[in-house]
Amino acid sequence: MNYNWNWGIYFEPSPEGVGTYADMLLSGLQWTVATALSSWVIAFFLGSLIGVMRTLPSKAAQAFGTAYVELFRNIPLLVQMFLWYFVVPELLPESLGTRLKQLPNAPFVTAVVCLGLFTASRVAEQVRAGIQALPRGQGMAGTALGLTVAQTYRHVLLPNAYRIILPPLTSEFLNNLKNTSVALTIGLLELTARARAMQEFSFQVFEAFTAATILYVLINVVVIVLATWLERTVAVPGTR
Amino acid sequence: MFANFDFGVIASSLPYLFGQGMVFTVTLTALAAGMGVVLGTLIALMRLSGIPGVTHLAKGYVELMRSLPLVLVIFWFYFLVPYIGAWATRSSTPMQVGAFPSALITFTLFEAAFFAEIMRAGIQSIAKGQTAAAQALGLTYWQTMGSIVLPQAFRNMLPLLLTQTIVLFQDTSLVYVLSLTDFLGAASKVAQRDGRLVEMYLFAAVVYFAVCFAASFLVRRLHSRVAIIR
Amino acid sequence: MRLSHALLLAGLTATTGSVAAQADDLTGTLKKVKESGAITIGYRDSSVPFSYLDGDQKPVGYAYEICRKVAAAVKAHLKLDKLEVKLNPVTSATRIPLIANGTIDLECGSTTNNADRQKQASFTNTHFLTATRYVAKKDKKLDRIDDLKGRTVVSTSGTTNIRQINEANTARSMGLTILPAKDHAEAFLMVETGRADAFVMDDVLLASLVAGSKTPDAYVISGEALSKPEPYGIMLRKDDAPFKAVVDAATSALYKSPEGKALYEKWFTQAIPPRGINLKLPMSESMQKAFASPSDSADPAAY
Repeated sequence: MNYNWNWGIYFEPSPEGVGTYADMLLSGLQWTVATALSSWVIAFFLGSLIGVMRTLPSKAAQAFGTAYVELFRNIPLLVQMFLWYFVVPELLPESLGTRLKQLPNAPFVTAVVCLGLFTASRVAEQVRAGIQALPRGQGMAGTALGLTVAQTYRHVLLPNAYRIILPPLTSEFLNNLKNTSVALTIGLLELTARARAMQEFSFQVFEAFTAATILYVLINVVVIVLATWLERTVAVPGTR
Repeated sequence: MFANFDFGVIASSLPYLFGQGMVFTVTLTALAAGMGVVLGTLIALMRLSGIPGVTHLAKGYVELMRSLPLVLVIFWFYFLVPYIGAWATRSSTPMQVGAFPSALITFTLFEAAFFAEIMRAGIQSIAKGQTAAAQALGLTYWQTMGSIVLPQAFRNMLPLLLTQTIVLFQDTSLVYVLSLTDFLGAASKVAQRDGRLVEMYLFAAVVYFAVCFAASFLVRRLHSRVAIIR
Repeated sequence: MRLSHALLLAGLTATTGSVAAQADDLTGTLKKVKESGAITIGYRDSSVPFSYLDGDQKPVGYAYEICRKVAAAVKAHLKLDKLEVKLNPVTSATRIPLIANGTIDLECGSTTNNADRQKQASFTNTHFLTATRYVAKKDKKLDRIDDLKGRTVVSTSGTTNIRQINEANTARSMGLTILPAKDHAEAFLMVETGRADAFVMDDVLLASLVAGSKTPDAYVISGEALSKPEPYGIMLRKDDAPFKAVVDAATSALYKSPEGKALYEKWFTQAIPPRGINLKLPMSESMQKAFASPSDSADPAAY
């Protein structure tokens, strides 16, 4: 095999002039985590809202929720990324479009919005499933107690639903984290993009991708450990 | 807003978009799904086998694939497959693997991890009594699996397997990063050649949506039919 | 310089001779081509006019034609009745790994031959010389490199150009935001749509992108360059001397012949597909020298 292994490559200075190749990968890791967390905030709140809408008695709310989920679930993420990055600014009034394009961190902002809205459709499905998994009596009890619909959701249904769907939400969180790599196509310098840049500059394909692989596995482990801890902390005593 | 749109660019590139791009996408999806289900079932069987090394190997493989972004896996295999080929055939020079086979291997290996989890759930959903009964009748492990457990597991899980295939259909668009000409790749090549990004990407989105929406609608109908039979 | 050239040529002739003598004992790429009856060419999406897709999405171009001629020479050398030429798309980022891992045998495009890359791959004789510059919209008035300070620029990932702009960014503390793009067309689009202020690339590629754009007059290529003119070469696998000898002999013969000059003129001074633009880039003096005495040197000073 005519490949020159060089595991010391991580500590060699990168041609970007600041720091080593290891620093380059770590800066990619930071972008990955920042993008994943920011988009998760959008995904979680918007997804919960859409998921709740799909369980409301109002037909209009249900229809809107269903349309949202179908729209965002049936278009590949990469295509959505291109739509947000290349198409949306052209469809807006010119001055606004130009402002959008010249945002200092345009790829980051676009990636966060795109991933947030995409993942929201998946969170919505989990939230809906969680609410529908609860005994119907819970909602009725809320009404009997004189709670409004909003109060019933806030104090009765959602707290229980979130506890049920914590494991699938964790895996949606991990999916969202992995999906940040798709943003490399619009120039986000996240972990996979940095590994690829390292490969291009140093020609050490396998070292670069090995490092990225290990970093991704590590973040996964951290997230799973945190989720397990969270699950235990928020469990209602006596339910397990 | 749509005044200066040029829909002619879509019409004139239709043969290329569908004749080359969509054919690539659909072929890749169909072959990778078929091979992925077979490999996934084997991995699920390994994971449920209870043989210490084998179980861990299968579990490790599934967990590793599920913790990596597909884009990274695509890069890995695109560069790695020829070396694996050379190693497998004991050749001193890397084996030449074309873009399509390389993408096919990548998606098969990646999706197998996801199909494995579905098949594992399917196998576990079959009542233990059935396996016990089969053993009592003197069937071997492979006979039990092949003619009793797997057909039922496969049928129960068919809607999930198909849903995963729709996800795979969408995921194949990521071969864009390798400049291969799948449906999206074809659309983006035309878009970049003619400077018609807005039209081409919107059109691509509409096509993907139509295909996936129709497919998931059919899967839901199938799901309710399967549910009734059960 | 001339002495080493002579030695090189002598060496090449010697190797070519010895390879022909021991045809039964082929190694590396030649052996593979002989056994499989096929050779794989890596082509580019948008390296106009070197290697790009024409109106029918078929690869064409100056370097692509050179590769077809090299393939014909390989066929003749191996005395094959039939040689299948397979095509595989590559990007700036994938070309070197794909050469190394055997997916492609010849990379026909716009690959700068430099000392760093020679550690990973071999290059045959130079087929073009180009310097790194950048293109921007005229109304932005960005003619000097220092005008770019604090701006967003784009370059194609995996190129020497993105490396040079990164180095310049640090050395001159310019505070640039550097976006990597997948290929040249995508990078140019970033400038066209206002996503980036400038696209840093080899000047010849910039010239063809501008010429092929919807509004060629709206763009200007920087007067100041970020590098000396550097050689382009067709890439081969490293450490495969017999194959390199055949390719070197073929390209050397082509460049020295009138056919080589005609090929250059076809792609640089005449209308080219898909839209019949003419790049109007007659052969420079250094290019004429590079054709008169073909060389695979990576040193810009050699030309």
